[in-house]
Amino acid sequence: MIRVLRPLVAIGLALATWQGIIIAFEPPRFIFPSPARVAETWWENRMLIAWHTGVTMSEVALGLIIGVTVGCATALTLATSGFARLALKPILVFSQALPVFALAPILVLWLGYGMGSKIAMATLIIYFPVTSAFYDGLMRTPPGMLDLANVMGASPRRILWVIRVPAAIPSFVSGLRLAAVYAPIGAVIGEWVGASNGLGYLMLLANGRAKTDLMFAAMITLGVCSVILYLVTLAATNRIAPETPSNQPRG
Amino acid sequence: MGHGSDTLSLSVHFQGSATHEGTPLFRGVTLDLRAGEWTCLLGVSGVGKSTILRLIADLPIHAEFDGKISASDGQPLSGRIAYMAQQDLLLPWATVAENVSIGDKLRGMRPDQSRRDDLLVKVGLTLHAAKKPSELSGGQRQRVALARTLYEGGDLVLLDEPFSALDARTRADMQDLAAELLRSKTVLLVTHDPTDAARLGHRIAVMTSDGLNWSDPPNGPIPRDIDSAETMQSQAALLKTLRAA
Repeated sequence: MIRVLRPLVAIGLALATWQGIIIAFEPPRFIFPSPARVAETWWENRMLIAWHTGVTMSEVALGLIIGVTVGCATALTLATSGFARLALKPILVFSQALPVFALAPILVLWLGYGMGSKIAMATLIIYFPVTSAFYDGLMRTPPGMLDLANVMGASPRRILWVIRVPAAIPSFVSGLRLAAVYAPIGAVIGEWVGASNGLGYLMLLANGRAKTDLMFAAMITLGVCSVILYLVTLAATNRIAPETPSNQPRG
Repeated sequence: MGHGSDTLSLSVHFQGSATHEGTPLFRGVTLDLRAGEWTCLLGVSGVGKSTILRLIADLPIHAEFDGKISASDGQPLSGRIAYMAQQDLLLPWATVAENVSIGDKLRGMRPDQSRRDDLLVKVGLTLHAAKKPSELSGGQRQRVALARTLYEGGDLVLLDEPFSALDARTRADMQDLAAELLRSKTVLLVTHDPTDAARLGHRIAVMTSDGLNWSDPPNGPIPRDIDSAETMQSQAALLKTLRAA
């Protein structure tokens, strides 16, 4: 019960503060619209918002799938090949020193105004967290387990799939949870740079036309979708890697 | 590989020195593991006794080794060794039964279920077969590790402080169980506990920085009674040797 109530209390407080500012300062509606005004605009434009949400969330979903797949493949390559660690890791680290935001205009130039450049942005922004978390997990297999497997005569490939990968799942899952938070940011940055669809595009458009209420409606929708995506990821991964470990021996 | 014969036993000859970054860890150590006997290597932490065990197991060590390790039949040792450590090293995501037969999975072979079930009976964990290790007590987990060691069926069993993390009562029970189930195996037990050595060693070597000092074990078959005068005397004498070193 408390678990359900707590977020509701937080939302109620935020709305009350918002309404309080409106009452105290009476800002023009094109500067800072009231919650009621935003809700009304949201309802009036629900089909429009739904369409753009669909576009953005499709970009996010595809970016997540591609980024997680490529990230896992990279982590496995790095973990199994000393040569890859030597050759690939410095490039990987350097690529992270470049802000992904700076790449957005180039991606739009290369991949166009469509969904491609946004999927690429979402992919790029989650690629490193996924790779790095999974790779760390793969390299941190308890050494005793590796000793045991070696005495048992296991091949490196078997050790990877029977011990190292399962032991790295909790690390991979924390990377995945980060990815769920970052992916929408990547897609929206791509939409800001150049797009004709998506919530990022809608926000820019509304802002440019002083339709601040529509901009708020789009922004809140994006926030709610991101939170839902995070909670779904959390729920889906909680069974395989609970947030509180239960591997302590009893007695 | 694995599931080796239970009748023929193997003896092992170890001879050599190890240095760590130019400092000798041990020098000119000769250690024979006799077929079907428990050899206890007793020593304080950091004296290099685990290094000897790891060398025999062909595991990576933090030192350079110069010497040789050979089996009585001249064949390589790999594939004929079962290894058990202080930590139970159970895979937390696998069931107790899966952990017992993990060696076969690691070798890409189908687990021998009847062999596995027999071993779970022997260590008294049949009712826990489907549980995860986290649902077991420390002593139960170490019994799973013992069953896994037996499942490997190697003639040479290397035990690296397997009882050290257990409480006194569980430790005594585990000593009894291990002595019973590893009968006819060639065993190397590395330990810092004189009780382990006095109860289980057919032969006892105290390892110090000067090398190995062989001690006379108490009389009688293993596991020796924990409260017999001879076991207790031996234990006290071993502790004295350890402290003098």
